[in-house]
Amino acid sequence: MIKNPYRTQNIAFFFLFLATLLIVIPVGLIVVLIIQKGLPAINWQFLFSLPRQGMRAGGIFPAIIGTIYLVAGAIIFALPIGLLAAVYLSEYAKDNLLTRIIKLAIVNLSGVPSVVYGLFGLVLFVVFFKFGASIISGSLTLGIMILPVIITTSREALESVPYSFREVSLSLGASKWQTIRHIVLPNAIPGILTGTILGLGRVAGETAPILFTVAAFYLPQLPKSIFDQVMALPYHLYVISTQVPNVDEKMRYGTALVLLALVLFMNLVTVIIRYKFRKKKKW
Amino acid sequence: MRKLKEFIIEKLILICGLASIFFVVLIFLFLLKEGLAVFKTVSPFKFLFSRSWYPISEPPQLGILPLILGSLLITAGAAIISIPIGIGCAIYIAEIAPLKVKEVLKAGIELLAAIPSVVLGFIGMVTLVPLVRTMFHLPTGLTALSGSIMLAFMAMPTIVSIAEDALYSVPKTYKEGAFALGATHWQMIWRVMLPAASGGMLAAIMLGIGRVIGETMAVMMITGNAAVIPNSILIPVRTLTATIAAEMGEAVTGSEHYFALFAIGIVLFIISFAINVTADILLHKRQ
Repeated sequence: MIKNPYRTQNIAFFFLFLATLLIVIPVGLIVVLIIQKGLPAINWQFLFSLPRQGMRAGGIFPAIIGTIYLVAGAIIFALPIGLLAAVYLSEYAKDNLLTRIIKLAIVNLSGVPSVVYGLFGLVLFVVFFKFGASIISGSLTLGIMILPVIITTSREALESVPYSFREVSLSLGASKWQTIRHIVLPNAIPGILTGTILGLGRVAGETAPILFTVAAFYLPQLPKSIFDQVMALPYHLYVISTQVPNVDEKMRYGTALVLLALVLFMNLVTVIIRYKFRKKKKW
Repeated sequence: MRKLKEFIIEKLILICGLASIFFVVLIFLFLLKEGLAVFKTVSPFKFLFSRSWYPISEPPQLGILPLILGSLLITAGAAIISIPIGIGCAIYIAEIAPLKVKEVLKAGIELLAAIPSVVLGFIGMVTLVPLVRTMFHLPTGLTALSGSIMLAFMAMPTIVSIAEDALYSVPKTYKEGAFALGATHWQMIWRVMLPAASGGMLAAIMLGIGRVIGETMAVMMITGNAAVIPNSILIPVRTLTATIAAEMGEAVTGSEHYFALFAIGIVLFIISFAINVTADILLHKRQ
């Protein structure tokens, strides 16, 4: 029998299609399941009241607030450093050993396991700087963790600004920093925003780095200063699904839904920014 | 005045540029500072290769071999599941899917990448764990297998997106050459695209595996956390990451147990460093 190359092709393509379905269908099922079972739990009281009876009743308000504080704190720390690092790599860095080492460091920083960030935050911020388990320790730990995301995406955004823009500005007598400040940065804002929000989404969902640096098991009150512990959504989900017996299943799904919605909302915003920007792009 | 301002800003930019190096070194130094203390009482060889992990017995037995094997078993399982599916999906998206379908699939992959690991862990607990338990008639569904399946899903977005990039970066002329010689689409993919993109594919696989080894929350929630040497994929195991996450809260600061957990952190740091540097070299060679 002669081998028919087209039949081989059909079989191969069928398997490739199957592989794709094996990823996409479970993703769809997971999202549908969480929405379906979580939605009945969502109401005003669940979102905006304090947990009661050892988290078996009441709401998740402190966890939502805690996560918002952590996200805000991480970004206040990571955005300026990450952005300037991206400016350095795209505008100043020469093709030399130092640049190579910086890039390698970024790659490594993004590969360090999240629980190792937790250890690092524990020794440096909680113990060494004596911040204790607090919002500031958690935010700084998370901030370092998302630096690589912000640097990489911002750098891509800066580098995609055409070189001719810079040449025109420089030829008109502007200095290098003026060119960056008034020409390159404004044109790269959508890309930088995208990277930042992606970083935020990652911060909102991370659990391991905040385990020993900030997260409170059960703390039915709102934080008063950045040196207080807080509850956080991902840790709260972990706690009520593994550590506390007899929690109504509805509350677990509800918490998972709120967390998922928060993260997906941020991702949606980046998609919209990218889409709008593509339409407005001048070059 | 302006010159001075510019000078200060440029120095500030340089400092921020160096920040990543600073943080990587800082992380490593602090891990060393806390972790190396354990080797005053346990030799590095014994720490890595002795078979029992009883950190709170008296005297504590600190052998992380069961944890290393637990991590390896789960990682191997996840790799076996996620590599063929991930690479297959990448080929489908890059080469076969029509443009509209491609956009939808990419959005789906991004969605999977965005789901927090604790949410995936929770879903694994309520769906996968009971399923594994009834399917194999086990006393508990919290097994290495459940962990492997769940982690495979966390590795797939990484594998798919990097492998897809590798396929895109194969020069168009290669494809055109193959078609001109009368190859079918599949022959072109199999004989031309895959060999040409093999470096990037390998990097994709390595980074996917790196993600699996470092994953903490989902693993802690669904693998059962028994620190024993695994002899089957259907029993509970415990990984390096889960040990740190589960025990750090109870370890007394400055105790041997505390130092040992940091030493596990050093092991994880070195593994992820080796994986990322190798993947980076592979990706660089391609360009």
